[in-house]
Amino acid sequence: MAETSSPRLPEPDRPWMMRTYAGHSDAQRSNELYRRNLEKGQTGLSIAFDLPTQTGYDPDHELARGEVGKVGVSIAHEGDMRTLLDGIPLDQMNTSMTINATAAWLLALYIVAAEEQGVAERQLQGTTQNDILKEYLSRGTYAFPPGPSMRLIADTIAYTVEHVPKWNPINICSYHLQEAGATPVQEIAYAIGNAIAVLDAVRERLGGGEAPSDELMGSVFGRISFFVNAGVRFVEEHAKLRAMARLWDELGRERYGVSDDKQRRFRYGVQVNSLGLTEAQPENNVYRIALEALAVTLGRGARARALQLPAWNEALGLPRPWDQQWSLRLQQVLAYETDLLEYPDIFEGSKVMDGLVEELVEGARGEMQRVAELGGAVEAVDYMKAALVESHRERWRRIEAGELTVVGMNRFTSTEPSPLTAAGDGGILVVDPAVEARQREAVARWRAERDQDAARTALEQLAQAARDESQNIMPATIAAARAGVTTGEWAQTLRDAFGEYRAPTGVGEAAAVSSSDVAELRAEVERVSELLGRRLKFLVGKPGLDGHSNGAEQIAVRARDAGMEVVYEGIRLTPTQIANSAAQEGVHVVGLSILSGSHAELIPAVLAALRAAGIEDVPVVVGGIIPEADAAALREAGVAAVYTPKDWDLNRMMRDIITLVGVRYGVDTAVGA
Amino acid sequence: MTQASAEGRELGARLRERDLTAAPAALNLVESRAPGAREQTAQLLAAVSPAALGGEAGAHVVGLTGPPGVGKSSLLSRLVAGWRSRGRTVAVLAVDPTSRRSGGALLGDRARIEADPSDPSVFIRSSAAGERMGGLAPATRAAASALAAAFEVVVIETVGVGQSETEVADVADTVTVVVQPASGDVLQFLKAGIMEIPDVLVVTKADLGRVATRAVADLHAALRSLGSAQTPVIAVSSVAPPVGVEELLDALQAHRQALDLPARRLRARRMHALADFIAEHGERGLRALRGRREAERWLSELDPGLDVPTLERELAQRAAAGGGSMEQVGEPVGPGGG
Repeated sequence: MAETSSPRLPEPDRPWMMRTYAGHSDAQRSNELYRRNLEKGQTGLSIAFDLPTQTGYDPDHELARGEVGKVGVSIAHEGDMRTLLDGIPLDQMNTSMTINATAAWLLALYIVAAEEQGVAERQLQGTTQNDILKEYLSRGTYAFPPGPSMRLIADTIAYTVEHVPKWNPINICSYHLQEAGATPVQEIAYAIGNAIAVLDAVRERLGGGEAPSDELMGSVFGRISFFVNAGVRFVEEHAKLRAMARLWDELGRERYGVSDDKQRRFRYGVQVNSLGLTEAQPENNVYRIALEALAVTLGRGARARALQLPAWNEALGLPRPWDQQWSLRLQQVLAYETDLLEYPDIFEGSKVMDGLVEELVEGARGEMQRVAELGGAVEAVDYMKAALVESHRERWRRIEAGELTVVGMNRFTSTEPSPLTAAGDGGILVVDPAVEARQREAVARWRAERDQDAARTALEQLAQAARDESQNIMPATIAAARAGVTTGEWAQTLRDAFGEYRAPTGVGEAAAVSSSDVAELRAEVERVSELLGRRLKFLVGKPGLDGHSNGAEQIAVRARDAGMEVVYEGIRLTPTQIANSAAQEGVHVVGLSILSGSHAELIPAVLAALRAAGIEDVPVVVGGIIPEADAAALREAGVAAVYTPKDWDLNRMMRDIITLVGVRYGVDTAVGA
Repeated sequence: MTQASAEGRELGARLRERDLTAAPAALNLVESRAPGAREQTAQLLAAVSPAALGGEAGAHVVGLTGPPGVGKSSLLSRLVAGWRSRGRTVAVLAVDPTSRRSGGALLGDRARIEADPSDPSVFIRSSAAGERMGGLAPATRAAASALAAAFEVVVIETVGVGQSETEVADVADTVTVVVQPASGDVLQFLKAGIMEIPDVLVVTKADLGRVATRAVADLHAALRSLGSAQTPVIAVSSVAPPVGVEELLDALQAHRQALDLPARRLRARRMHALADFIAEHGERGLRALRGRREAERWLSELDPGLDVPTLERELAQRAAAGGGSMEQVGEPVGPGGG
């Protein structure tokens, strides 16, 4: 960088792109929300899809029950996409879509919707998340096995590089790794390892046996962007981004022969940390979010291209438009009121920053080497998953032991009542339960009214493209979008061709907590097990489409460490599956975890299934992001206990469960300290 | 509710009548160490003994074992679907290799076996392996005996190689060892005689093509040199489209048909009684019987019609009577003692 006499930039930088991760209910309501957000000064769109759309099920599929329109908008076909984007000029908009397993499909719907607006695909700008490995590791909205999933990713990249050149076809996510418990070193190493797997797959696919030209590989490399996380330790978090930029540059040069500096630039968008947001004293989250935003904006050398901030109340439930506006305003204060954008990189020459970066780069290299030795990121999914579960367990242990301070949660806990949550709605958005029924009817109507021959032909051609590895999936997918095929039909066609997949749970390998922490619990489990005649057996289940399994995994591991036999089957189970497992396995207690807000529908469905299986006397406990009003209703329906993020002490939860079992089976009436 | 109050005799009668809904309670009972459960289990086992059934239980008891990660669970999913489409009822006893820590265990195997949860003719139960990798869980033998009266196929899935198939062989009619291509362990173990020759060998990942074909050829060659050329070696692939599953189902069936079932089951009952005796009386008890080999020899001379609880009582009496040993059996030192 050239020396200047002034410490300032000649011209202040342009602000990063400001987005809000938004969408709920149906296309119509989300469209209204987007338009309002754009009026407020938001500069890009970030579409949140509901879980059925993300996992490839139509609103009327059994697994979609309770999930339609909950964590995002339901998009079942091209008509929905058209409504969603109505009145938003797509030649000017930059749209980020959080979509993975079904990314090729949603991109096709977007292309066709643009076409109808008269906008050519070449003009489109935006991002599809399209990162499947982190779905296996953390987020859980995968649909197909790793091999075919990597092919779909490679196909979308190959297609967009040629036809939609301003599109970012994949956003490699380190974000969810941190949510799953990754340390900064793990976050860097696994994200870059993941990028290598994708780039290798594309290289193979583009070359068709031979190496593609450096020029083509350069334009592919230049389109890969990242989606990162920033936690509240914001100095180290900033160093993490600088470390990633360095490793990325190195990778482009050395492994892929990219000579253009611009193409090797580390480009990333951010959603700051949700893991650290607390249910206790939720107003404190505003400060956390502000500090986390600094981590990704402070140093010009590694500043985010796009930023979206969570709302203060995400640990309570779904944020309302006002909550999201509050977060957008924070971005605007940072960009337009402060002097942040007036300077060159303020950390240049900082020994502390350079030292931190060096440390992280070294650590990441070691971990990347390990992943490489296992045969690359696809092969190393089991290893990485187990490592993340282990890191998360350690983080949780430190919180419980008071070694890691979380203000308002494990320290400084006395509080005045919060006026923010005192309103009638509890301070959160509640999705109208009628949305689901309406969407079910709407998709059935859509299917009945379209040109059936065209849809059938398009699906046949899609199936053929899926089976023929030499074909790119995108043309047949775009044709299917035009022919009125639905999200569920597209995904089912590929499921038939590719098979289904269950990701590893990672819990089996997690190390045990030190025995002093759980010694008392073990003694209790031993005692109650003796009285029961069998070892206390606990089923941990995740009903529905919610893939956020970190909580359930930690419960399963802790219960094992406490001496229980734990049956854990991973995510996406139907109520029937859970009841069936509980009956066949002869468990003494069932624990259910739901974070997507569908508890009001799914928990009663599990209780009904347990009754149908003849084991209604097995007690059920529930954990998740569950507002108090809903918790009361669940207890009324027969749930023995409801746990929310404020119940962070896992040992206490275990003690409750042991007591519950002892009392329920009449072997023990006076347990506990 | 699920405990020893469940009547062993009544559960046995329900299983005998092929009431599959009795399976969970029957398993709860045989796993129980509560006072009285032992006696109830004995009654259950007596109710499903050949004497009560008028012959050996009709199920095909299949042992499926192999190293971790070779694709046993995917294969088992395909097999279960195959048996179901042939109209068979299926029970799976998944013995999870997760080492017990602090007595606790994570049982994750069930998740990997795909089955229609609304199909009442498939039953899956997981349990934690005993002390060593690949061993059976303490109650697996009793569970297999109980379920064999009600289901048409009972699968015992264990994880390990080189030792696990010995324990499974004590229980199963047909022992199937599953390996993946390019893993030399099984080949070496076979050649070195560390591992007994299984009834059926399966090579997974047939979709890998040449590597899999080569693995099959290598195993065939090894079996020939061991004088066991007739042992079937079958290449399967569980990814769509599945390969070799029908052939494997046929091979399992063929083995079962050619088998001297009464002899195999008789041996299984004797081994079961001996295992239970050792669990109850420990090494000391075994010494009182003058060691395992002598105990097995002595068992082989007893009335073939005796059921497991009776055999175990016979063993205990012989041990208590001295059995020619130099010391008497003292207090039981079973795992539940204390």
